Amino acid sequence: MSALLSARGLRLAFGGVRAADGIDLDVMEREFLAIIGPNGAGKTTFINMTTGHLRPQAGSITYRGVELLGRKPRDIVRMGVARSFQLPQLFTEHTVLENATLAIAAREGGWASLRPLLRPAWREEAAELLGRFGLASALHRRADALNEGTRKLADIAMAVALRPRLLLMDEPTSGVAAADKMAVVETLARVLRDEGVTAVFVEHDMDVVARIADRVAVWGQGKIAALGPPRQILSDPIVLRDVIGIPVGEAADAVP
Amino acid sequence: MSARNEFLLGLLGAALLVLLALSAPWLRFVLTVALAKGLAVLGILLLLRAGQVSFGHALFVALAAYAAAFLAPLLPEVALLLPAAALVAALGGLVAGLFVMRYRDIFFGMLNLALSMVFYSLLEKLYGLTHGTDGIRLPLPRVLGLTLEGAAYEWVLFALALSFAFGFAALVRLWLAAPLGQALSGIKTREARLEFMGVPARRVLLAAYILSALMAGCGGALVALTSRHVTPALAYWTASGELVFIAILGGAGSVLGAFLGAVVYELTRVYAAATIADAWQLILGTVLLLVILFAPGGLVGMLRGLLHRRPTPAKAGERPA
Ligand SMILES: Nc1ncnc2c1ncn2[C@@H]1O[C@H](COP(=O)(O)OP(=O)(O)O)[C@@H](O)[C@H]1O
Ligand SMILES: [Mg+2]
Repeated sequence: MSALLSARGLRLAFGGVRAADGIDLDVMEREFLAIIGPNGAGKTTFINMTTGHLRPQAGSITYRGVELLGRKPRDIVRMGVARSFQLPQLFTEHTVLENATLAIAAREGGWASLRPLLRPAWREEAAELLGRFGLASALHRRADALNEGTRKLADIAMAVALRPRLLLMDEPTSGVAAADKMAVVETLARVLRDEGVTAVFVEHDMDVVARIADRVAVWGQGKIAALGPPRQILSDPIVLRDVIGIPVGEAADAVP
Repeated sequence: MSARNEFLLGLLGAALLVLLALSAPWLRFVLTVALAKGLAVLGILLLLRAGQVSFGHALFVALAAYAAAFLAPLLPEVALLLPAAALVAALGGLVAGLFVMRYRDIFFGMLNLALSMVFYSLLEKLYGLTHGTDGIRLPLPRVLGLTLEGAAYEWVLFALALSFAFGFAALVRLWLAAPLGQALSGIKTREARLEFMGVPARRVLLAAYILSALMAGCGGALVALTSRHVTPALAYWTASGELVFIAILGGAGSVLGAFLGAVVYELTRVYAAATIADAWQLILGTVLLLVILFAPGGLVGMLRGLLHRRPTPAKAGERPA
């Protein structure tokens, strides 16, 4: 396996806050890499830098050997790197189906044509994809009338509709009802594995991380504090204390 | 409104206009000007989809009107003058658009206003070229090589205005149903997401802006050819305000609104000017207030309510502002 994405020496400070303080990370082809860490650690900042939304003050990010820094978000998307958002970014005047269809039109380059958005081929593809996310009953609801979990899933579906090779997801399961969470995660993982997508996802639920991540990167104050397979990381007492908030003594007892 | 219903309503409206124009010859002129303004209003409605209000679109009406005035002596043929003048407006839209596209909301609106006022000042001050407020008179152009006088010429322009109204209404409908038009509403609600899908949002808006300038240009050329006299007043800010007023009056939910609004506006204006000249502004203000308060869907919204035999609450997406 080779690295699909390589970050080296990324630095970005907002005033005195070091959101990235020397990030080195290789993301391997077809792996699922989970990013965990406390709020404000710089997880979203890493996604923002990779997708062209923020420009780091130093460092480099290469994707398939090509430098990403300095490129516009839309150029990075066209190279095969898509993202979903911590706060869903849906077109609120459109229905869920139209949102996904717009993403398909964008992928096909058909956004510039005068043929109907809801042409059968795109419509069917969008409906099928949304169905896989359990959104079949929400197809014709306007995006501003959805609950948080549904918005979140629609947001991810839009990113998946772009058929990226690398997908960055910012807290994909936050807001999704606990009862549905595992089913959604399993489906998402299956969809991505089927399509050979490499995934980087920020996640607070350690059960989700344990279930689908191949590797886990622990973020702390703009640095990667630990990196390894879930079994190792999730049984590390320091990680448990800093990320999950279990005191060291208890943690040592809790994890065999 | 379904495409079929809208088309049928449009046909009905066109038939009514033809009857009106037959019944009173002076109405031919008024209705041609109304349809011409409707074309410019259609452009305003297109930009409204992106949440952007241009307070300076009379710029493109005037640009085409003056282009027609300058070209008329060299090119005295309607079939050439009209497209040439409209093309000048579209080019103006491209140049202005490249600049204006960087701004949104109040800045977008005011920048358009500023550009139109600069153009107005030029028209007024460059007396040697434009004859200032006296304006320029156009010689009577030929129509496909024929020299038509009086009623025949007026009928030709009326028919042209009606055809352009249908043609551009159909084009805008297609545009709005396509990703290119749907992305306009995406600019209003979540512009950044478009970029993260690989769609250049500014280009989406620029394309709509150029189309709106082209339509305003067709309107401006028709006005110039009909009245055969152009003055800087065409570019004055009240002319731009009038277009926005008509857009709100007609309603943003349908392409019919632009023309329904323009015809009702022009007929009322001509009638009011003849009877209660002093109170015209008062009537204008009051009507605008009533429409905004009680009929946010505009005339088209009211029409739709009548057709469905129940008041349709205006959908949020169809609110004019
Ligand atoms: N655009 C920005 N401007 C200023 N400060 C920012 C910006 N983006 C992030 N930050 C700050 O950088 C730190 C890391 O933020 P973020 O990457 O969102 O953390 P996380 O996603 O891990 O919770 C926080 O202190 C945040 O306030
Ligand atoms: Mg975050």
